[in-house]
Amino acid sequence: MRGLKILERILITIPIMLGVAIVVFLFMRLSPGDPVDIMMGQGGTVSAGEMEQLRKEFNLDKPLHTQLWLFLRDAVRGDFGYSYTQKRPVGELVGDRLPATIELAAGAMLFALLVAVPIGIISAVRQHSMLDQASMAGAFVGISMPAFWLGIILILLFSVRLDLLPVQGRLSYDVQLDQVTGFFVLDSLLAGNWRALGDSIKHLVLPSISLGAAPAAIIARVLRSSMVEALRQDYVTLGRAKGQVEFLVVMKHALRNALIPTVTVIGLQVGVLLGGNMIVETVFGWPGLGRLVVRAIFVRDFPLVQGAVMVYAFTFAMANLVVDVLYTYLNPKITL
Amino acid sequence: MERTRIGADWTAQLLYSLRVRLRVMRRNAAGFWLELRRRPLALLGGLVVLAYVLAAIFAPQITVHGPAQGNLRMRLLPPAWAEGGNPDYPLGTDEQGRDLLTRIIYGARVSLIVGLLAVGISVGVGLTLGAFAGYYRGPLDQLLSRFADLLLAFPFLIFAIGVMAFLGPGFTNLIMALTFKEWVEFFRLVRGEMLAEKTKEYVEAAKVVGQSNRAIIGSEILPNIVQSVLVMGTLRMGTMIIMEASLSFLGLGIQPPTPAWGSMIASGRDYMLSAWWTSTLPGVALLILVLSINLLGEGLRDILDPRLKVE
Repeated sequence: MRGLKILERILITIPIMLGVAIVVFLFMRLSPGDPVDIMMGQGGTVSAGEMEQLRKEFNLDKPLHTQLWLFLRDAVRGDFGYSYTQKRPVGELVGDRLPATIELAAGAMLFALLVAVPIGIISAVRQHSMLDQASMAGAFVGISMPAFWLGIILILLFSVRLDLLPVQGRLSYDVQLDQVTGFFVLDSLLAGNWRALGDSIKHLVLPSISLGAAPAAIIARVLRSSMVEALRQDYVTLGRAKGQVEFLVVMKHALRNALIPTVTVIGLQVGVLLGGNMIVETVFGWPGLGRLVVRAIFVRDFPLVQGAVMVYAFTFAMANLVVDVLYTYLNPKITL
Repeated sequence: MERTRIGADWTAQLLYSLRVRLRVMRRNAAGFWLELRRRPLALLGGLVVLAYVLAAIFAPQITVHGPAQGNLRMRLLPPAWAEGGNPDYPLGTDEQGRDLLTRIIYGARVSLIVGLLAVGISVGVGLTLGAFAGYYRGPLDQLLSRFADLLLAFPFLIFAIGVMAFLGPGFTNLIMALTFKEWVEFFRLVRGEMLAEKTKEYVEAAKVVGQSNRAIIGSEILPNIVQSVLVMGTLRMGTMIIMEASLSFLGLGIQPPTPAWGSMIASGRDYMLSAWWTSTLPGVALLILVLSINLLGEGLRDILDPRLKVE
């Protein structure tokens, strides 16, 4: 039964992704400026015949609905066309940058959870204590702060003033690392390259904090309020009445129920991570997808923007799918 | 009882009903004020927001320097309290020798106007569509709801960046990029409330008395929803201001030389090592404004709409 429900949920995602693809396509294709002109912008003189040739090659001479169909057909195969400016397939460019972006997002999520989960639980258990009030005030500041500004403050403090952590990039220039997966932390672990491991983790710290701060604040607030709610329930009183250790009551009975609303919020935070990623990558010179897109926008490299936005939307949809599936495991009462 | 005393004279009746409404409003306002006074943080937030608004309106009167008036001999001066600071430039100057405080005050104009317009237009669109979709249901509701789902499939900033890439930077485009997705928030809120309110007794009663659908939506149901919209609108304004700053930071929003906090932070980043104030202080102004808006918004929520508390 559950398998069927999950399958149904996956099927709902398909029309949404199709809609996303159409929206992205229309936006990019209706935007002003002829793609071939843009492509040839820096290329010097090209004859009208050659322009026509290129237009044909990119299917730009066909009517809009045919173009849309071709775009969708190729997109399903993971083919997003050629970048106008880099003359390489978009899929390849995105694929090259994706590990860096995922590594950063994972770092940020790890930071957010490491901070938010203990704070959320302790604040709820010790409601109105100094710790509760201080962390909730901190969380309030966290949701009111733009990620790029936090990044700059962190750089000023930890890189410039204290000289503890690097400012830019993923690896120091004098550190060697063979890239296998593109995830530097993983690659250096696999190779047993401890110097690279330490260095890549050091590079990861500040960007992860900048990107993870807002999600951490939101998750902590939600977890706290759902824990407070859960701790008031009868089953918690029962657990205590049975003489169970308080730690177990909190972790087993209350936390499990409080996780249900929290998981939804965590899923939504994936969207924040993806959007914030462009900003934080720009601040820290992180060679990921976000920086690629921002640059592509300025040079009007539409296929590249198109492909990357599709990847972002797809990831977000997948994250929400995973959350919905997790939901059924956490709360058997809920059917998808 | 009182109604019969007034009799059939319709002007008197209208005046009477206005007077009753006014009395209720005054009582509500008094109660609201009492509640607000019990929440010092929300009150503080409101006062700070008010101060920002006043500073933005009277920016030309309260600043000494012009926002675009540079003086290269005075470039990158530190704030007045730091060593080498100049009391004429309380928060120092930027890379073109422009007074940072002046530009921060003018920057408040951009943030507040963008926030107000983005939320205002979104409320207008979302409220209207949400009210009609929720009340009448039918194919229009289906269509709008599916479209809303579609927009929700995009993370906000990604969508806004994509739209800005397509439209190109600029003030009007920025508002469009933000509202194009933001209205969904209000659409979903109002539609949901509408579905819930529609089944209540007072709506039935209004129908029995023969009120038109439009009158029921406008004068019966909407007054009951408007508080939630106000709370949500306040809280979303902070988000919109951060979004504007993020887009301007990337160079996709408000373009220089118009002073916007996001672009000021971006240009100050190049001088981070030598002049920390150029990138950090506009961010402090932004943080304080968004923080105050959120404090006010959460206070309003506790007073007007405690149900919304679960995030």
